[in-house]
Amino acid sequence: MSHASTAGNDIQATTGPGHDPGSLPPVVEASNISKRFGSTVALKKAGIRVTHGRTHALVGRNGAGKSTLVSILTGLRSPDTGSVEFNGKAAPAVGDPREWQQHVACVYQHSTIIPDLTVVENLFINRQPKRFGLIDWPQMRREARELLDEWNVEVGVETLAGELTVEERQLVEIARSLSRGARFVILDEPTAQLDGKEINRLFQRIEELQAKGITFLFISHHLQEVYEICRDVTVFRDATHIVTSDVAHLPKEALINAMTGSTGSHALTDAAARERRSDGDVVASYKHLSSPAFRDVSFDVREGEIIGLTGASSSGRTELAEAVVGLAPFSAGELMVRGSPMKSGDVPTSLSLDVGCVPKSRHKQGLVLGQTIEENVSMPIFDRMGPFGFINPSLKEKEARIAIAELDIHANGPEHIVGELSGGNQQKVVFGRALSNGPALLVLIDPTAGVDVKSKTALLDQAEQLRQNGKGILLSSSEVEDLRICDRVHVLYHGKIVATFEAGWKESDLVASIEGLDK
Amino acid sequence: MTDATAEQTTSSQSRFGQTILGTLREFALVPPIIGLIAVGAWVDGNFLTLANLATILGASAALSLMVLGEALIVITGKFDLTLESNVGITPALGAMLVIPATSAGFGTEWPVAPALLATLLAGALIGFLNGFMIVKLRLNAFIVTLAMLIVLRGLHVGITEGQTLWDMPDSFFWLATQTLFWMPMSVWLALLIFAAAGIFMRYHRIGRAIYAIGGNADAARAAGIRVDRITWGVFVFAGFLAAIAGIILTGYVGAISASQGEGMIFTVFAAAVIGGISLDGGRGSMIGALTGVLLLGIVQNILTLAQVPSFWIQAIYGLIILGSLMIARITNPKSQ
Repeated sequence: MSHASTAGNDIQATTGPGHDPGSLPPVVEASNISKRFGSTVALKKAGIRVTHGRTHALVGRNGAGKSTLVSILTGLRSPDTGSVEFNGKAAPAVGDPREWQQHVACVYQHSTIIPDLTVVENLFINRQPKRFGLIDWPQMRREARELLDEWNVEVGVETLAGELTVEERQLVEIARSLSRGARFVILDEPTAQLDGKEINRLFQRIEELQAKGITFLFISHHLQEVYEICRDVTVFRDATHIVTSDVAHLPKEALINAMTGSTGSHALTDAAARERRSDGDVVASYKHLSSPAFRDVSFDVREGEIIGLTGASSSGRTELAEAVVGLAPFSAGELMVRGSPMKSGDVPTSLSLDVGCVPKSRHKQGLVLGQTIEENVSMPIFDRMGPFGFINPSLKEKEARIAIAELDIHANGPEHIVGELSGGNQQKVVFGRALSNGPALLVLIDPTAGVDVKSKTALLDQAEQLRQNGKGILLSSSEVEDLRICDRVHVLYHGKIVATFEAGWKESDLVASIEGLDK
Repeated sequence: MTDATAEQTTSSQSRFGQTILGTLREFALVPPIIGLIAVGAWVDGNFLTLANLATILGASAALSLMVLGEALIVITGKFDLTLESNVGITPALGAMLVIPATSAGFGTEWPVAPALLATLLAGALIGFLNGFMIVKLRLNAFIVTLAMLIVLRGLHVGITEGQTLWDMPDSFFWLATQTLFWMPMSVWLALLIFAAAGIFMRYHRIGRAIYAIGGNADAARAAGIRVDRITWGVFVFAGFLAAIAGIILTGYVGAISASQGEGMIFTVFAAAVIGGISLDGGRGSMIGALTGVLLLGIVQNILTLAQVPSFWIQAIYGLIILGSLMIARITNPKSQ
């Protein structure tokens, strides 16, 4: 524990137990890596050393340099200084992907599988077995089947890759990289799109593969997972290596400190510990609302309240929250916003009723990445920024400055292109957009997905602040920790509310209910 | 978001710097245009005469309006190939309403003004149909407008029986023949429309919405922008602009052949892309589009003045377009 709290760049000094000098050389060792992009320092004399057979976690806030390190470890970018070694031998030259693929593979958050091709084509893309110079299809199918059987991946080789579940898709990607010879696999936030059961199966699979001699580097924002699955952990912060330690020797508190650089108050206000009011006006009222995704759902959101919606990924919790924003349709029942009926699937009406929204995916629905902060933030209120629909540029700029200041967005200014910001800051811009119309009801859908710990806390604090200012908040999330700030949490299971928890619930009860287990 | 703690997170200097950079990018084609003007003056002493400059601009006016319409559609993230058939069939319809049956007209012999109005409406209607199929029926814009291009060209040839229409009264050609301050009215009209479009795209909410739709239609929808309605509207407006271009072109040529506009769509896209309109949607400026048109117009004029044999003009023209694209790629790596 003593070495865990030491911040330093020297990897050797902080190696945990298990790095026996007599055993195998490290699967990968990157040392003294620096990388700059223009004026931005992405990595500063950082490094990592992954020991054979020990799943290693790489954690850090957004912008800490994790992605840059991954791109260097996979041969996509060359470092400005420093070296990479696999099993004690120098890495191949950058720009020779086939050589790199024999050493390392990365399963990215965004799939590298081509959805319109079958599994077998994806597995052997650009290295199909040939006969007389032509692709030997029977041979290729046979090899694919053998490969999938070898690693226990139960999918048909002729299935279109686009029809696979996220889970199956990841397994196919892992099998593909193993077939190329790699015995070291980087998993970049593999659990982000999985629900509880799927995560458990993935972890089981990781353990099986580990037993067969595969080593994983695991990148995740969910610290709990790091403790469940990893043996070693390396923390990056502000482009530098902070600490590498045996997981058992680094308690959660210390890990968060290493990531944030402060003995920060991670603890959010638990709604059970604060004053709760139920005298506010009803801002949103669901009355027997039904759609293909949910059935006969009724509940209210009042001013000064945070109402949580949770459930597994197909429970309908997302669609239910989207209904009030106009992003998802409903077919029966009534939905009132501040006393006025909301039409199905009509975003402009929802905006005019003073609803603000942080949608599920910031890249898909939240932001126009190629545009500036001011453009993104003002988008919902373009019609209020001048006469005859003409926009007063100074109002737009002012709106962006307010968002930047209030939400602590790290940017060069209102004209900073959103796509160039880190994930946490992008999400803050989405928040700014949601707040721009001065909403009475704020709908947050997975607002902390893919966001680092510090930004997560900041965003949830912001939600709590808004509640205190009398806003009604509807928070749809699968993150149990996030739901702590809710006055009340409705749990959905297959489109129906199966349980409602008042603040002060026990985590095990809530999770059991989400998973559809009887108490 | 009312009580701003108003901490200025950035210096006004960097904002200034970014604005300057953005403006410079919009004017990226100005130096090559100046260079070409110098080349033109060197090739032929008549290049810099007012008469020749008026020729260049007059010849570019119709193209510029087509490029403007196409630029709006491309910024929205869509595609429209029909513009080149639109500039043929819409003025043909207008002309046939005016000219007597003996000159291949419908025999209605309308006055010019309502006939021109019908031309504009026909243009807008073509855009409306394209929009219906692309926005409402969700068909692929490329294929839909390719099919429409062929249908419209076929209709044009069909109703005119392949004949060239020429017997229109002078007022039908007014836009291209009447001059004001040495320039044809068509040039002033195109300039006016470009200026209005430039201001509209930069300062009007619908203009900003068009950029947002092209950048990320889902995010635009989630922000309350009526994506379908605006996209459809852009198609209608582009069709309308193409009809104006058709009238100008008719005046410039003095007649309407059955192949009026054929092949122009390539030049339209070339000018738009050289002008920095991103084919991925969401990016590009009106000034860029306009300078793209001017650049091509000057090149064409120089080739003519230099008496390059007409058999070679197309090949040279194509090479210049390719060259400009490569230069644009080098100077602004983010485009295309």
